[in-house]
Amino acid sequence: MDDIDKQIINALQDGFPICDAPYQQVAAHLGLTEQDLITRLKALLDNGTLTRFGPLYNAEQMGGALTLAAVKAPTERYDEIAEIINSFPEVAHNYARSHELNMWIVLATQTPDQIQQTIGAIEKLTGLTVYNMPKNKEYFVNLKLEA
Amino acid sequence: MLDETDRKIIQATQAGLPLTPQPYQTIAEQLGLSADDVMMRLTAMQNNGVIRRIGAVPNHYKLGYRFNGMTVWNVPDEFIDDLGQKVGQLEFVSHCYHRPRHPPEWMYNLFAMVHGKSQEEVDKQIQQIDDLLGDNNLGCDVLYSTKILKKTGFRTSA
Repeated sequence: MDDIDKQIINALQDGFPICDAPYQQVAAHLGLTEQDLITRLKALLDNGTLTRFGPLYNAEQMGGALTLAAVKAPTERYDEIAEIINSFPEVAHNYARSHELNMWIVLATQTPDQIQQTIGAIEKLTGLTVYNMPKNKEYFVNLKLEA
Repeated sequence: MLDETDRKIIQATQAGLPLTPQPYQTIAEQLGLSADDVMMRLTAMQNNGVIRRIGAVPNHYKLGYRFNGMTVWNVPDEFIDDLGQKVGQLEFVSHCYHRPRHPPEWMYNLFAMVHGKSQEEVDKQIQQIDDLLGDNNLGCDVLYSTKILKKTGFRTSA
């Protein structure tokens, strides 16, 4: 990743135009050719520096539902619990975290009802309490990291 | 609010935008639409919040942000909206939410994700949030992710 890649990453986190030739517009702004921008962007996606490039959709605005939830997985059952939980397609993310509540998941479902159903199913299969923490209010969301 | 054509465009673009000189034209051709229609609909979805933004999502770790903490705070409910707005405006906070408590074991109601390249950097960020909350900080904790057990994109089958 060189300085040009960094400029591309920073510029593309701010947004991308909706017009006939958007790469050309962004490239001109960065002093690059359109083809150079596309080639570098492809490389950044291929090597995993960027995980996505495109429209970021808001699941809730599309009628879907999201929640954050956590469980206290006993150390001796940790891997087993992770396996059970990850087997649910509704589980989009699962992170191990340093806390008594040591497994944190994001559930994404088509409808709000399915959140509660999935939580019920996880509780039944694991025997654990799922601490559901759906957002009451969103103050800010914008993951922009300076490259 | 979304019609069948919008949902087709969502499905065609949720994995990403084509890396072609005219990406909206490419999508239009795939779906049998005009490029103008695709651009108009994407613009509308961006304006009404269905699309948060069009852009790139970096992998934190690849950019050197190895310290990603979920900071959680117990603040009085009557002030949380004001405090949440302020914390969300700090430049190093990527996500900020009000979430429900689970008393007695989980008293935290304000969540803010912070990202840094070193422990010191993150410690400073946490201190800044602490300073901002002042006497309204009734307790806090920071949960660092120790392992990603699963990570898939949010997909809709529209």
